[in-house]
Amino acid sequence: MGSRASSLLREEEIEEIKKETGFSHSQITRLYSRFTSLDKGENGTLSREDFQRIPELAINPLGDRIINAFFPEGEDQVNFRGFMRTLAHFRPVEDNEKNKNAAVSEPLNSRTNKLLFAFRLYDLDRDDKISREELLQVLRMMVGVNISDEQLGSIADRTIQEADTNGDNSISFNEFMKVLEKVDVEQKMSIRFLH
Amino acid sequence: MLIDSCGFSPSRSAFVMSSRIIPVVLVLLVGSVLHTAAASPSDHETNHTALTNGTAHQKKAFPVLDLNYEHVHAPFEISLWVLLASLMKLGFHLIPRLNNIVPEKKVPPVMNADVFFLCLLPPIILDAGYFLPIRPFIENIGTILMFAVIGTLWNTFFIGGLLFAVCQINPGYTMDLGLLPCLLFATIISAVDPVAVLAVFEEIHINELLHILVFGESLLNDAVTVVLYHLFEEYAGAGTVTVLDGFLGIICFLVVALGGVLVGAIYGILAAFTSRFTSHMRVIEPLFVFVYSYMAYLSAEMFHLSGIMALIACGAVMKPYVEANISHKSHTTVKYFLKMWSSVSETLIFIFLGVATVDGTHHSWNWIFVTATVILCLIARVIGVIGLTYLMNKVRIVKLTTKDQFIIAYGGLRGAIAFSLGFLLNEEHFPQKKMFLTAIITVVFFTVFVQGMTIKPLVELLAVKKKQEAKRTINEEIHTQFLDHLLTGIEDICGHYGHHHWKDKLNRFNKKYLKRYLIAGTRCEEPQLLSFFHKMEMKHAIEQVEKGGGSNVPSALPSTVSMQNIQPKKPTVEPERMLPKLPKGKEDEIRNILRTNLQKTRLRLHSYNRHTLVADPFEEGISDIILRKRKSLNTHINNYLTVPAAPPDTPVMSRARLASDPQARGAKYNADNVPTFQVDLASPQSPDSVTLLNELKKVEDQGLMMKAPSSKSMEGERDQQKLTRCLSDPGPSADEDEDEPFLK
Repeated sequence: MGSRASSLLREEEIEEIKKETGFSHSQITRLYSRFTSLDKGENGTLSREDFQRIPELAINPLGDRIINAFFPEGEDQVNFRGFMRTLAHFRPVEDNEKNKNAAVSEPLNSRTNKLLFAFRLYDLDRDDKISREELLQVLRMMVGVNISDEQLGSIADRTIQEADTNGDNSISFNEFMKVLEKVDVEQKMSIRFLH
Repeated sequence: MLIDSCGFSPSRSAFVMSSRIIPVVLVLLVGSVLHTAAASPSDHETNHTALTNGTAHQKKAFPVLDLNYEHVHAPFEISLWVLLASLMKLGFHLIPRLNNIVPEKKVPPVMNADVFFLCLLPPIILDAGYFLPIRPFIENIGTILMFAVIGTLWNTFFIGGLLFAVCQINPGYTMDLGLLPCLLFATIISAVDPVAVLAVFEEIHINELLHILVFGESLLNDAVTVVLYHLFEEYAGAGTVTVLDGFLGIICFLVVALGGVLVGAIYGILAAFTSRFTSHMRVIEPLFVFVYSYMAYLSAEMFHLSGIMALIACGAVMKPYVEANISHKSHTTVKYFLKMWSSVSETLIFIFLGVATVDGTHHSWNWIFVTATVILCLIARVIGVIGLTYLMNKVRIVKLTTKDQFIIAYGGLRGAIAFSLGFLLNEEHFPQKKMFLTAIITVVFFTVFVQGMTIKPLVELLAVKKKQEAKRTINEEIHTQFLDHLLTGIEDICGHYGHHHWKDKLNRFNKKYLKRYLIAGTRCEEPQLLSFFHKMEMKHAIEQVEKGGGSNVPSALPSTVSMQNIQPKKPTVEPERMLPKLPKGKEDEIRNILRTNLQKTRLRLHSYNRHTLVADPFEEGISDIILRKRKSLNTHINNYLTVPAAPPDTPVMSRARLASDPQARGAKYNADNVPTFQVDLASPQSPDSVTLLNELKKVEDQGLMMKAPSSKSMEGERDQQKLTRCLSDPGPSADEDEDEPFLK
């Protein structure tokens, strides 16, 4: 994790990040400049306040959760490596990923990993299940104040019913994947990083 | 009388006269019998068309039966044609659309270009625009625009230039075709036609991406066609086109395209605004949709802007707001009228095309020209598609494969618009008009016949991805929205102003300003998720009512389904049945139907058992279910009457609590097992809760029996929750007001 105070990005680091995330050189440097512009404290790491300073994130219903997703368990600071690791999930899937060496486990931006990232945003207590309460929380955040609890509750129930195949009244990761199999996740969860 | 009806009147044209022979022949005998006496018209006809000489008003034998064909001849013929078209469509829907049938005794009416552009084309385009799938359209808008604009330009110049070169080989034979007429011809022939594309692609059920690409292209290239057509037509007479003209042409293109969209959008907003106030006059709602759209089209055509783009913009802009405002029945009306009109139009267009083919007066066959045109069209299309795809794939996330490219190229059909544009050419300026028309018809024939017929087997052969038939589930809806928010957030973190950023901004603008003014009542604050949920429930309820009755009774009773499932729940057996939340009106309907049907079944059971040896096990089960259902209903009614109203938790507070500490919400929920009746009168910001209260009142007045959709677990608290849920139906109040008089 080593939070180094240096604000320059060295070549070895770039290479390592490239290998880990699959970003290209120019993308990494561009994102690094973004990282430094966000980093007001100039200590090479970002804290939650740095993220919250982004104005659009404040009005995003999922803003808090997204910010939390960047920080590993229990940590309050994220360095550039962690930043890139999270962003790597949103890299577009390319066809020539297949010829990577088999030793590297599935790249971070594979469909499964994308879905896992989204799943973890729902599943806060990390029990690998989206329970009814967790679903309700997310629904409440997305839908706003005008909807009563019962309506929301019925939506949540219906959602779980549709997805739940093993009857445990919550959505596991496999059920989550199955429900979204018709959705083009590779396109939906990709951002075209401009060069 | 006979003489008059044979129409020796000056105001009729030759075609029309000869086409009246059939009706005249049919009534010939009757007429001759009745009118042996005199030839002059009688008094009672003076209020008909003024063919009567009106001189001698002497009294004669009162004509018991009379024939006055001119009076009705125009609508009569139109109706006859429409009827013929529809009958043919009934009979020949398997055979390709172009019918060369020449009605035996009639001289066929040739299509008038005005009729085509003003009457036949708008319904098809409006139908397409109103039901345009917006999301894929916007997602692929870059690709679509590239194909429409650059693709069409490339086609035009390639075909025009090479055709000119070909014609230079033998100038005499091809009537001294200059460069500009060639380019004009190329403009007409190079645009992909929306009518033909719609007609063919509808049948092959191809996946959404390809459909929207080809179809979007066919719609948007209208602007290019309009500009180029006028440009070349103007300057073909002059003989040269300067750079300045080219520059003006580009500006003109922008004006035409954007102007058309603007006109359409304005009319769309007007229509949406009008529909806000129609809650008291539901019957005229569809009229507004149609008339405003047609006006948009005509206004755009008036200014030489792109009428098609105006129509598409109008339909697309007005749809979300109008759908929220109009009643369910109006929505159905609009949908089916549009489909009906566009279907008839399409058939008529193809009939006219077929007729025009056979009608020799417009043709002048010219081997070189025609074959060159056909070949060049194909080549230009293929090269254009390949080139553009190569460029676009560098920027697209989802790349287009070779298969996709093939389908896009193959699906570039030409149709009636090309023919009509050719028809509009002035013969004096363009002595080669007949040659043009022949070539156009040949290309249209070729693309529609050959390509159109073979595309379906090719799609199967190449195993191109087909359209997914299944409806969107609520899971997909929720998660898609979730992902949208997520992606917007990530884009903001990256500082990248991408797709999602602008989409989000548009949504916010929409919610803040437009929805407030354009959607009636409280629906404007309803989040998209909720309206989607309502729609689903409504659809589901209607399906159930349609199914419900007779032996399907168990499926209509959610509680009984759960009780019947003694074995472990089969996941594949429609879990939705377990938990439908029916809007109130439908609930009553179902109740009535069930009550009558249930009684019938029981009676039937009795008599049946007496006379048959083998009792139907299914029917036996029914009586058990009926008994159990009655029992459960009774218990739940008691529960309902004693449910306490928990202290209301204002939404603001709950959101605040949620925002600060996400886990607290969960904890609180577990503690409060009693369901919350959000009778939140005090809070001003929840209009939905007020309607909730009104509905509660209504419910109590009617003494509504509680339906009991119990869950699989049958815990007490869950039952109560679901009870409250049934009551808390927030269905569009406008809709229910309208429905009640019809149901009760």
